[in-house]
Amino acid sequence: MRRIRCIAFNTFREAVRDRVLYNLVIFALLMVGSALLFGQISIGVERQVLINLGLTAISVFGILIAIFIGVGLVSKEIDKRTLYTVLARPVRRWEFIVGKFCGLAGTLLVNTCFMAVGFFAALLYLAHGFHRSDRGLLAAIWFIVLEFLIVTALTLLFSSFSTPLESTILAFVLAVVGTFAEDLHNYARATHGLTQVAATAAAYLVPNLSALNVISRVAHDQPIAAGLLFYNTVYGLLYATAAVAGAVLIFERRNLK
Amino acid sequence: MAFAIETSALEKSYSVGFWRKARKCALHPLTLTVEPGEVFGYLGPNGAGKTTTLKLLMGLVFPTGGTARILGMELTDPRMKAQIGFLPEQPYFYDYLTATELLNYYAQLSGIAARDGRRRVDAVLARVGLADAARVQLRKFSKGMLQRVGIAQAIVHDPQVVFLDEPMSGLDPMGRREVRDLIQGLKDEGKTVFFSTHILSDAETLCDRVAVLHQGELRGIGVVSDLVAEFSGKMELLWHGAAALSAIQPCALEVHTTGETIRAVLPESEVPGALETLRRCGGNLISVSPVRMTLEDYFLARLAPGGGPASPFVSAAPAGKAPEVTP
Repeated sequence: MRRIRCIAFNTFREAVRDRVLYNLVIFALLMVGSALLFGQISIGVERQVLINLGLTAISVFGILIAIFIGVGLVSKEIDKRTLYTVLARPVRRWEFIVGKFCGLAGTLLVNTCFMAVGFFAALLYLAHGFHRSDRGLLAAIWFIVLEFLIVTALTLLFSSFSTPLESTILAFVLAVVGTFAEDLHNYARATHGLTQVAATAAAYLVPNLSALNVISRVAHDQPIAAGLLFYNTVYGLLYATAAVAGAVLIFERRNLK
Repeated sequence: MAFAIETSALEKSYSVGFWRKARKCALHPLTLTVEPGEVFGYLGPNGAGKTTTLKLLMGLVFPTGGTARILGMELTDPRMKAQIGFLPEQPYFYDYLTATELLNYYAQLSGIAARDGRRRVDAVLARVGLADAARVQLRKFSKGMLQRVGIAQAIVHDPQVVFLDEPMSGLDPMGRREVRDLIQGLKDEGKTVFFSTHILSDAETLCDRVAVLHQGELRGIGVVSDLVAEFSGKMELLWHGAAALSAIQPCALEVHTTGETIRAVLPESEVPGALETLRRCGGNLISVSPVRMTLEDYFLARLAPGGGPASPFVSAAPAGKAPEVTP
């Protein structure tokens, strides 16, 4: 556990000292700020516009950070041979992978907290206070964090066997397809035969990020059911765990040339 | 007592080609042992398989055959890994860290408690001459400083066995000297050092024994002191007087003239004739001495086609030990 914590902290420290991260965070905060501007010129729907744009900015930029930093988590360590001196110590390969995952997940969590603070500050400025229904916003942000965990785990999985470019493409494709997972399910239900089998398999295999997207719902003050909160949490954590386990299985057998 | 390092028919081959059907042998079955406290030089030209051997021993690549043990333990045993240090070839470290942060990180990964870690980090930084650069980020380090921090991370947890892959590579003479002193220091502390190099003078200075690897194949192992003391079958004549030169030159292997002084290397059998010629021509003999084998001679002989273990100084084992089996 100590070694995992140590690797996770180092991964966090690397991300914190990386300028790319700050560029993305600043850009995301600017997006939240611009949402405020758009909200002010959208008469009557200021709050919806702010919530929609603000939370989408947090989600999109978080996913970008997860992919851009995630693809280098393993490959960069191999390319630069920093991994050699780590694995020559009493560090098991699975500990390395789990540590890396925890480090990036922690980074994203901290970033999300910062961006959420910016978002709520903008909301407070616009609405002059919080409503009881704003609790749904916290659920939406928690679902965004679950999205990050899934995308980070998938990126880690891809980077454990492919080049950074391939990992980036695969992670992007899955993240995009995942946002249309519900449509894929609907398509599978509308087809027959082999197509239905293939579409159903694909629908279950890709991460169901559309189920985790409740931004529009909370923007319209629709409540988030406790059941959805529970099932989404279990789904997100299980999916991320499975992807990390896949990365471990591949990495355990990999020759580090 | 267990060997510090022991390999038995350890081999590695890779699948190559588009269909991955062809096999490329990176290391032919390798059997060798290294005694505790020994400084062992692993010599070979680029691409000989030195780094592959080290990667196998570090568990970075998996063998396709054979076994290896370090300090009597399996390569996957975390207890063993806590007792070894490794410096890869041309090391690169997390350049966003300072030297202190980097060494603290490695100390923690090696299971050193935080309080002990800080003390050891300071001590090891002083030892490698980086105490003044302790708080400097590694991206500002020169190559020589990086090499020193590389050695520092390899010894920060006070390991019993230290593996160094080309530790002198790319260093200037000062840097090489510093690294050589560090290795000598480890030897004085009784640590086992296994280092790969193609800088033969360093190996000759530091190593108790050396192994020569070529094209993935072990070509021989020898005790360095025996190798360099071995008579090469050649004699060196030094004299004054150019009159005898034309008569001696045809039977000489090498001739160098510096002012009045002439140096010739001859086969041992030609020496009596050459001395007689010198006497007849009135040459002034300065010295006659046997030419000793150098590590370079040994190395080049091992690399030559058919340079197997036929040489008299192959199969040399550590003092007091039975000779090793060499291919």
